[in-house]
Amino acid sequence: MVKNIATARNDFPILNQQINGEPLTYLDNAATTQKPQVVIDALTHYYETDNANIHRGVYTLAERATEAYEGVRQQVANFINAQTDEVIFTRGTTTSLNWVALGFARQLLQPNDEIIITVMEHHSNLVPWQQVALQTGAKLRYIEIDEHGELDLTQYGELLNPKTKFVAFTHVSNVLGTINPVKQMTKMAHDVGAYVVIDGAQAVGHFSVDMTDLDCDFYAFSGHKVYGPTGIGVLYGKRELLAEMNPVEFGGEMINLVERQTTDFKPAPAKFEAGTMPIAQAIGLGAALDYLTSLGWSAIEEHEQSLVTAAYQQLNKIDGLTIYGPAAGPTRSALITFNLNGVHPHDVATVLDTQGVAVRAGHHCAQPLMQTLGVSATTRASFGLYNNLADVERLIAALVETKEFFQV
Amino acid sequence: MNLGNLSDLYRQLILDHAQHPHHHGELASADQTVTLNNPTCGDVIKLQVELKDNQVADLAFSGDGCSISQASASMMTDLVKGQSLPEVQHEIATFLEMLMGNNDADEDVDALGDAAVLATVVKFPARIKCATLAWKALEQAIGEANNHE
Ligand SMILES: Cc1ncc(COP(=O)(O)O)c(C=O)c1O
Repeated sequence: MVKNIATARNDFPILNQQINGEPLTYLDNAATTQKPQVVIDALTHYYETDNANIHRGVYTLAERATEAYEGVRQQVANFINAQTDEVIFTRGTTTSLNWVALGFARQLLQPNDEIIITVMEHHSNLVPWQQVALQTGAKLRYIEIDEHGELDLTQYGELLNPKTKFVAFTHVSNVLGTINPVKQMTKMAHDVGAYVVIDGAQAVGHFSVDMTDLDCDFYAFSGHKVYGPTGIGVLYGKRELLAEMNPVEFGGEMINLVERQTTDFKPAPAKFEAGTMPIAQAIGLGAALDYLTSLGWSAIEEHEQSLVTAAYQQLNKIDGLTIYGPAAGPTRSALITFNLNGVHPHDVATVLDTQGVAVRAGHHCAQPLMQTLGVSATTRASFGLYNNLADVERLIAALVETKEFFQV
Repeated sequence: MNLGNLSDLYRQLILDHAQHPHHHGELASADQTVTLNNPTCGDVIKLQVELKDNQVADLAFSGDGCSISQASASMMTDLVKGQSLPEVQHEIATFLEMLMGNNDADEDVDALGDAAVLATVVKFPARIKCATLAWKALEQAIGEANNHE
């Protein structure tokens, strides 16, 4: 069924409420998205009719649950254009990235090898690499940003050398909104023989991503940022690399044979999915991906671009407001981070909340980027497919109100 | 627009302290320095304290934070400068209790001076940590001094 983006808002029950006497204007979609009724229904339906532990039971209910769970794996594979056995379920982006760093990179890295990341990384694609570097004696090097908040590809080219073993970067910055040229960056890394790990947390759900086209080695994203439940995420890895990669967690379900001293693991993806997985959440993720597909990427992209363009233009007109990252256009995704001169981001967010406008204030789990930008905190408005121009108007009006209140 | 609640949080007194904080800067005579941050938002406070004769002889703070954290630090420094350590410890406890919403001891709260107005922050749970940051830093500074005796 093809759905219409203009009425998509009605599919999200949570949006139909007042906050502090004002209509809820939810602009913290980069932190987590709201869930459409179909996702909520999928969770309820699973618990009401299909709940059983997967892979183990021989009875009908267990078979049904297993089929549903494995069906979502197939669905995710289609969604990102990968093979089914290249899709691992995890707890979220953070877990996915940790598994690559600890289960794959740590085994391969030698002292003085180099890992390249970028200054715009979320802590979840930064701290694991820092830890692995400390544990292996590898060096951690950074791609810098230019004055538009875009990665400096010339400097990246200079960093790359035969000692570079891993290059990890975000597809979309959760602070600057920058859409990075990930395909080109992947090619550059592969040219020196390095593995490429992409943090897709802010990309999936906003536009289509294609593993075969990108040719990256690993790609991570979270269910809760693509209108699905919390507690479920995805790690994509190339089949031959997953065969080499070690599990980070051990236990039930991931084994072929356990003897007193040794264990033989199942092949991927099962060898990574130890214990009882978030089955209901995986099924909810499947419903979310179906929902996105029914809206269609071109409608979602066009809609979000129109919102971000309007917001950018109007924010730009506010005196004393600084926007971080690229101008609205092909390199900016659906979020805008800014500061209002003379008002701390927390105070901005509190005033906005009294107007029903939910935004994020703080360092957005990107402290090295804050240090690079020379600020301790910023305010971020991030859009999802259900936001509309009225939300943009409310954001702008609330900011004007904030300026008046603090007399700046 | 519903700005009613806001003037509760941002009383003029709070805004005045935030815009023109007292005892803001560095303290050359400090014998204790504590740097605390609020990991959820990145606010940082550096509190420097000079302790003499079982008293807070002088103190100063610097760092970066929202108006609530800056005002709270400013009010706290006004209050405790020149007071004895037991007195200060009692006030810290009263302040932290007040921000947890347990202020049965109203007379104690009155003794907090300007800082008593921060009681309204309780209505904004997301901002409580902003208000308590400076006080926790002072608690730690005094605690560390005691440990070294
Ligand atoms: C760019 C980026 N990477 C990683 C994450 C972490 O995602 P999760 O908390 O779902 O593991 C986030 C979430 O804020 C993010 O924005």
